Parts: sequence; structure tokens; C-alpha cells
Amino acid sequence: MSILIIAEHDNTELKSATLNVVSAAQKIGEEIDLLIAGLDCRSVAEEATSLEGISKVLLADKPAYENFLAENVGSLVAQMGKDYSHILAPATTNGKNYLPRAAALLDVSQISDVSSVVSEDTFERPIYAGNCIATVQSKDPIKVLTIRTTGFDACGETGGQASIEEVSINEDLEISKFIKEELAESDRPELTAADVVISGGRGMQNGENFSLLEGIADKLGAAIGASRAAVDSGFVPNDMQVGQTGKIVAPNLYIAVGISGAIQHLAGMKDSKVIVAINKDEEAPIFQVADYGLVADLFEALPELENKI
Amino acid sequence: MLYSAVIEYALNLCLYYKGIIFMKVLVPIKRVVDYNVKVRAKSDESGVDLANVKMAINPFCEIAVEEAVRLQEEGKASEVIAVSIGTEASQEQLRTALALGADKAILVQTEVEVEPLGVAKLLKAVVEKENPDLIILGKQAIDDDANQTGQMLAALLNYPQGTFASEIELKDGGIEVTREVDGGLQTVSLSLPAIVTTDLRLNEPRYASLPNIMKAKKKPLDVITTEDLNVDVMPRLNTLKVSPPPERASGVIVETVDELVDKLKNEAKVIT
Repeated sequence: MSILIIAEHDNTELKSATLNVVSAAQKIGEEIDLLIAGLDCRSVAEEATSLEGISKVLLADKPAYENFLAENVGSLVAQMGKDYSHILAPATTNGKNYLPRAAALLDVSQISDVSSVVSEDTFERPIYAGNCIATVQSKDPIKVLTIRTTGFDACGETGGQASIEEVSINEDLEISKFIKEELAESDRPELTAADVVISGGRGMQNGENFSLLEGIADKLGAAIGASRAAVDSGFVPNDMQVGQTGKIVAPNLYIAVGISGAIQHLAGMKDSKVIVAINKDEEAPIFQVADYGLVADLFEALPELENKI
Repeated sequence: MLYSAVIEYALNLCLYYKGIIFMKVLVPIKRVVDYNVKVRAKSDESGVDLANVKMAINPFCEIAVEEAVRLQEEGKASEVIAVSIGTEASQEQLRTALALGADKAILVQTEVEVEPLGVAKLLKAVVEKENPDLIILGKQAIDDDANQTGQMLAALLNYPQGTFASEIELKDGGIEVTREVDGGLQTVSLSLPAIVTTDLRLNEPRYASLPNIMKAKKKPLDVITTEDLNVDVMPRLNTLKVSPPPERASGVIVETVDELVDKLKNEAKVIT
């Protein structure tokens, strides 16, 4: 059993999703290598050497991988991964982008969004927006998995003593080019890593009203999310979307405000530890998954809540 | 006025020579359970209970069809071909694609539940026959939620990919794709032929009009088999069971904000 993990990072620091994938890998086997592909990312590799359970950090610090283009990274992962029994990456938009390419190049299937490891070849994953859990066994020689980070705790960040090994591959397929990135600037925690998430739905009525969530988010150190309905209505950008087709979150506390609780939204948050729902419609399905439901007009409840926490 | 017309004509001519204007677009689509249906595992955990369940074209595939049809309406695509892999019943969804504006359809008929890798291999064989310049797929099917087929097809063809697209623009003989990524938006430029997978905000699909539904019945729909394409689609995965997700214990309704804050502090202990 030898496992290759593809690290998620931004050439400056390691993203926390990587730590959850290391935990998932530890449930499969003990020999775990971590691939860091990027440019000018040596500091990320150095940071990663102390992660618990990593044997080797493989560093592909090359121009071809600067912007994590799927074509180039997919090809690199296929070349690096062919001698491993498992290849794991987080189920982030980045992991979802390059990993299926690597799997296809290796002529093996991919198991997406693994939420639990049953054995070295058997895994659980949600299907139908999490309405069912499939237990899937792979017959492929190499198991390629994207890991649902909310299914696994973060590994320890200290105590490891991995060595760094340079990778010489620097192959630009020259079929795609990075043009630009517009990332939302925020002082708040990342949605997928936050301890507390407060999300607004169609009941917020417009984008301006999302400011009602901000005061509460500030007090609780929360990230702010949204339902697909709120995104579709143009209230807020899509990177705030929590749900089947958006981000999957499982914070300690999830507060759903003005969200009816469509299947596709529940798929993104129902593994949260404690769920609070605030909605004026007492029939809203969100109350069926909520630990604490408050039937109230959100425009009255939110300012009061902000005052009292 | 005249100048701009001349410039536009010249520009179009350039684009024509770059092979863009008469672009052929292939749109693979999937028949899935309608997104409004709450699916349940069978009680013996052998699979998902799909008896008498309403089926539909996968929502992301519908967005893909719409985008291809818009390219054609803007004079940027010459032909839109819809293709599906599945049982005979998938003809229904191909007819929907034809009613939305696709010119012809291909069904690769099979009784096997083909996994994404197998689908990608079949599509590769179709691409080699049809030679499209652009292939637009949904980013994921809402049944298996795999999110793999487009990327796998791109790898097998050694094509570039613009996944999770919220905007596409034909530019300089290639295509620029704005992608929905975790932190915001990313733009990449791809050479053609290329693969695009759709995200929600790429467009809002139209409804098929009755005359177009009637017209669609007369459009060509070819049926071929996986053997015709000489592709091995044997499953690599074995689904051991399909079970319901763990249930949450039922919660309580609180009467006031004060009570809510009290519960969160003293019972759930998630805030201080």
C-alpha cells in the first residue's frame, strides 16, 4: 500500500483541505507521499514536511504548474502516480479539475467525494445529493479518490519529519493558458474550513440584506454562505453557494436564515454538528434537519440575535 | 456605419479562415432522475428505488445544450449534435435536446450502467467520427454526482478543458472560459478543439416550444451500440450497497431569540 496525495496550496501556503486528505489516507495505509506541484512553492513543501504521517514530500516546483492548469497537473499526477496503489486529492474545484484527467490517463476509474474509508479498496460516497450513501469497491490496480474533506478530521500539523525530493518533470502541454483569477477578498474564514457558517436564502430578499448576517458572522467568527436560490436570484456570488453543486460544509454550528431547505441545499450542510434554522414559514423543510428552529421574521430576529450573542 | 460593417465582415472572414464560424459542437447529455424527486435507497440496500420515478435531462446537460444552441444562433456554430449513452429510453431526452435546437442526435444504446470512464471512452469514439471543434458537457450528473466525464474525455483526447464554466467567449482562434472556482472566478484560454463543462450560471435554458417539439420529432436520431464503437465499457467498480444517510435526531422549535441563544450556549455549547 503506497499512497500519493496531491496537496492543495496557493504557492504560498498549504490549504487545510490537504490535512483532511492526509487523515483519509491514514485510514488506508501507512506509506504516504505528498506531491506539491506549483511554482516558487518551496516554502509550502517545507511546511508540509512536519505533517503527521507523511514519508516524503515530492516537490514539482516548475513553471508548468504555476497556475495548476488541469492539463499539465493531470499529466504530472498520472506520471507520478503510476507506481502507487492509491492517489488522493481533496474534492475542491481544483482537485475535481485535474484528478479525473489523471485517472483517465492511467485507465482507471475515479471514486469522487469519498466520505468514509471502509477498507483499502472499499469506500463510501454520497450520491443523489446525499440522499443515499453508496458503498463502492474498486477493482482497479490504482484507486483514484477525491476526498470529501468534511468526512475526515484534519491530521496533526506537527511531529512529522518528511524529506523533500525534487521532481524533474516540467511538461507544459501548451493547449491551455492561464489568463486571470478574480478571487473574493475576505477577512472571514473560508466557508469549507469555518467553525461557524451563517447562510442566507431567498428569504433575504436582496443582496444588501446579507449585511444583516455580517454583524452576527463578525461576533461568531463565522463564514457567510448562501443557498442556490439566493445565488440564482443574483443576491450574492456563486462562490458563496452551499449545496450539492456548490460547497460542502460541516461546521460545528450552521445557521440557515430564510432558507427553505431544498434537497440540493441540505446536501451541502446536513453533516453540520448543530443546525439552526430561522424561517417565517413553519412548514419549511429546513426545520426537519434543524436542531433548533425559530419560526420568525428574519428581519426582526437577526438584529436581536446580533445583540444577544 | 459602413466602416463598422466592413470591419465586421473582414473580422468574420478572418474567423472563418481560422475555422471558428462554422464550428461543429457536440453536446453529450444524460437521462437522470428529475431534480425535484427525493430519491430513496431500496429497503434491501441493493440500489436506488427508481420505479415510476420521473426522469429528465440532467440540468447541467440542459445548460450545455442551451449554450451550444446560442452559439449557433449567434452564427458561431454550424451544427449542434446531441449524444447520449444509455437505454432506449434516453431517446426521450435526445428529443428534448432536438426540441431545444440541436440539429441531430446520436444514441449509443446500452443496457449496461456505464461508468464515467466508459462514457468518456465511448464519447471519444464518437468525437473521432464526428470531429467536433467544441464539446460542451454538464459539469456533473445529479444522480451519481461524479463530476468526471468531461475531464476524462479531455484527457483521452489530449484536449484542453474549461470546467465549471460561467462564461465562454470565442477569441483569437481559441476559446476563453471563465470558471467558477472555490475562491471566485478563474479565466483560462484554450486552443480548439476543446472541452467545456457547464456550471449553473452559464445561461438559463429556454423552454422548448410546442412547434419545436413537433419539429424535433422529424430530426435525425441515429442509434448505435457500444459494439459499433468497439469500446470496452465493463464496470471497474462494484457497488456493494446503497443505504440511506444517517438520520439526524429531531430538533426542537424555540419560541424566542433568547431561548435560541440560551440553547446554543448552555445545551449545544457551540457559542460562548
